Amino acid sequence: MWAYLLRRLVQAVLILLGVSFITFLLLYVLPADPVRQIAGRSATPQVVESIRRELGLDQPFLVQYWNYLTGLVQGDLGRSYLQKADVAGLIASRLPATLQLMALAIVFELIIGLGMGIAAALWRGRAVDSVLMMTSFAAVSAPQFVVGLLLLYLFAVQLGWFPISGYGTFSHAVLPALTLAVTGSGWYARMMRSSMIDVLHTDYLRTARAKGLSRGRIVLRHAVPNAILPIIAMIGIDVGIFMGGAVVVESVFGWPGIGQLAWQAIQRVDIPIIMGVTVVSAVAIVLGNLLADMIAPFVDPRIKLR
Amino acid sequence: MTLATQTAGAPVAPVSSGDAPVLSVRDLDVSVMTPAGLRPLVHGMSFDLRRGETLCIAGESGSGKSVTSMAIMGLLPKPAVRVTGGQILFGGKDLAAQGEGAMRRIRGNRIAMIFQEPMTALNPVMQIGTQLAEALRAHTGMGGAEARARALEALKLVRISQPERRLRQYPHELSGGMRQRVVIAMALAMRPDVLIADEPTTALDVTVQREVLDLLRDLQRDTGTAVILITHDMGVVAEMANRVLVMQSGRVVEQGSVDEIFQAPREPYTRELLAAVPRMGDGSGPVATPGGPLVRFEDVSVRFDIRSGLLQRVTERVHAVEHVSFDIHAGETLSLVGESGCGKSTLARALVGLVPHEGTIRLNGQPIRDMRRQDRLRLHREVQMVFQDPMAALDPRMTVGELIVEPLVIHGIGSTPERRARAEDLMQRVGLTPEHLSRHPHEFSGGQRQRICIARALALNPKLIIADESVSALDVSVQARVLDLLATLKREFGIAYLFISHDMAVVENISDRVAVMYLGQIVEMGTRAQVFGNPQHAYTRRLMAAVPVPDPGFQRPPMPRMASEVPSPVHPVGQGPTRVALRDVGGGHLVAA
Repeated sequence: MWAYLLRRLVQAVLILLGVSFITFLLLYVLPADPVRQIAGRSATPQVVESIRRELGLDQPFLVQYWNYLTGLVQGDLGRSYLQKADVAGLIASRLPATLQLMALAIVFELIIGLGMGIAAALWRGRAVDSVLMMTSFAAVSAPQFVVGLLLLYLFAVQLGWFPISGYGTFSHAVLPALTLAVTGSGWYARMMRSSMIDVLHTDYLRTARAKGLSRGRIVLRHAVPNAILPIIAMIGIDVGIFMGGAVVVESVFGWPGIGQLAWQAIQRVDIPIIMGVTVVSAVAIVLGNLLADMIAPFVDPRIKLR
Repeated sequence: MTLATQTAGAPVAPVSSGDAPVLSVRDLDVSVMTPAGLRPLVHGMSFDLRRGETLCIAGESGSGKSVTSMAIMGLLPKPAVRVTGGQILFGGKDLAAQGEGAMRRIRGNRIAMIFQEPMTALNPVMQIGTQLAEALRAHTGMGGAEARARALEALKLVRISQPERRLRQYPHELSGGMRQRVVIAMALAMRPDVLIADEPTTALDVTVQREVLDLLRDLQRDTGTAVILITHDMGVVAEMANRVLVMQSGRVVEQGSVDEIFQAPREPYTRELLAAVPRMGDGSGPVATPGGPLVRFEDVSVRFDIRSGLLQRVTERVHAVEHVSFDIHAGETLSLVGESGCGKSTLARALVGLVPHEGTIRLNGQPIRDMRRQDRLRLHREVQMVFQDPMAALDPRMTVGELIVEPLVIHGIGSTPERRARAEDLMQRVGLTPEHLSRHPHEFSGGQRQRICIARALALNPKLIIADESVSALDVSVQARVLDLLATLKREFGIAYLFISHDMAVVENISDRVAVMYLGQIVEMGTRAQVFGNPQHAYTRRLMAAVPVPDPGFQRPPMPRMASEVPSPVHPVGQGPTRVALRDVGGGHLVAA
């Protein structure tokens, strides 16, 4: 167990090194010049050069990357060019909002996706099945900003059930979390349906029927726990997808999370923030997958971590 | 008998004892809905089952045996398959007319069932104890602790080792034989009036089959449960049945007491079925005169590494094959027998290079490990394999013609018309017609598919065919014809076979020489007459004694129960199993000391 964790930790460090290097390289070769953004259009070349030197952007790429890395291992994510604040502090103040959003989105995804998938499998080939599968297809295909605006219009503007935007209460979180969850729900519904159909045809389900168990117990205690196994690994991957989705959703709903922070930083080429958000996202994805792998043995006794 | 307590809230009237049948099937029709209308699967089936009686339903695949049992249980895949006529009378009710709710109270309570495949019959993510207890709770409303106590009793009853521990274990931690015991415990925990056992031992090794059959018989004697035993194995029928019902294509061909069926079968089909059953003799009879050595195994071992820890170092090894040495001569049939996990299939895989080996395997004197590309191609021309499951071994999207010429295409032999002609010739050799070439595998029966696999193996004119359980999945009559085909091909082409099987009776019928494997090592080897006529090693004797004998009058000598399960072939690195030394007891008959 400890050996397994230690090995995963080494892997995680390697992944983070790779992610930070590639992002740093992409930002370095980007044609946009952050110094111009900071100095403003009217600045003289001397001023531009002095800012560049001050930020260390005149140094060779590898030296810049090395400086960033040495900061990173000390927990220093650098200073924002424009907000005059530590990136670590900025992210720390925004992270809880994003985590709340993601946690709620995962709950929604599981309830909606698994529910749809189970129902479709139980009524396979009937009208319920076709309607649910068409819905899931639409959910998978719809772009997030469209879904977000639709939900806003319907539930906030027309029905007035939820606030249009903002942060603070549970009802503020419902629509953005739902938006974030829609794509994943569609995937889960389709995966859960096929997984359930497989399980419904297994010998052990026939055994359960032959024991004279009730239909409810057969489905909930025998079929679902087995059908859900392939889904668990997906939840880890979802964290990564959510990180991308958060940028769109937080902008649409004015949610003060790191997605919004990243979006603003990208527009203004605020490289330390972009780097910081990327690194933190990578950590979240690695942790999400690790968590999913750690949960697996508890759900499926056949899996052993070694 | 502590399990004898009748259930409190059981809604079904207790079945009267005495001579009245517990279960009566009257003119039962079961049909499947097809685009062309209803097609009968079972037609006009009638029988009575009395308390304490064992009724065997015998017949080959597709004869309607399992459909009958599913109809009694109310588990037919409705609405596609359903009862279209007749009655199933049980406890004063017609089960065919009962709703799902009423059937649910009967299933697992008054009528229980055990299935063929113990490896998949239990829920993999639920503890054994929970699975046992939930059936009790569903029918009695007893509390968790009480149900668990009863579950433990049920496990003790099926003579499983360490029953307390099993309650908390998951199915994957148990062997196949142990899982089947759990399934039996589950079925008998409610002390049902009727137990339906659908091929309960077909998937088990022969020694485990013996123990499970003994167990079933003992439990029946103690509880008086009426048993319907569905099997294709006439040996099992002879040992277990009071009465026998022979089925063919959905109809009852013949019905009678076990003695009548075996001693004076009236119907031609029954006689055919009995004639096709391979019987184990004393190993006498003609054997092929072997040519020179074709394949030579010299001190061959196959081990699989198990890695663990931080650096994923090898900490343990599975010793699948340990220091095995023998020759296969041109034109002979050498059989490898042994139970699952003994290493017989691994040895065959090593020969064709599918798993790496230690030691030396020579083909025509040349070590296969040092072979270059050209020689390897020749190895694959000269050694071909035929596997157990012909459906899984044939690509469902290819036509039979494409499947058979594929080896020729891979090895670049012949032009397209030549290959076609070769395929037509091969089809005739294996008893199919050239017209079949344009069809797909699913259009053929199991036996025909295996013939296609054999034709494909023959395409390259191999010198050796490895037949890995090639006839195990086939019905006895089909099995007999495929074995005949293999023997004919051997005479005509001088092909040698490495015949891998767990079935001692089949092995006795086809082999020139026999090697018995146990835990990765050969424990006895010799000619057929030596091994079957004069078995020396305890394990060989045990294997032979466990084979069911298709003769109801046969008196089985008492066999001591196996003290424990087969030991594990997994050992820590640096340690290995004790190597057995083979000793010649005369005429090349090798026996482990």
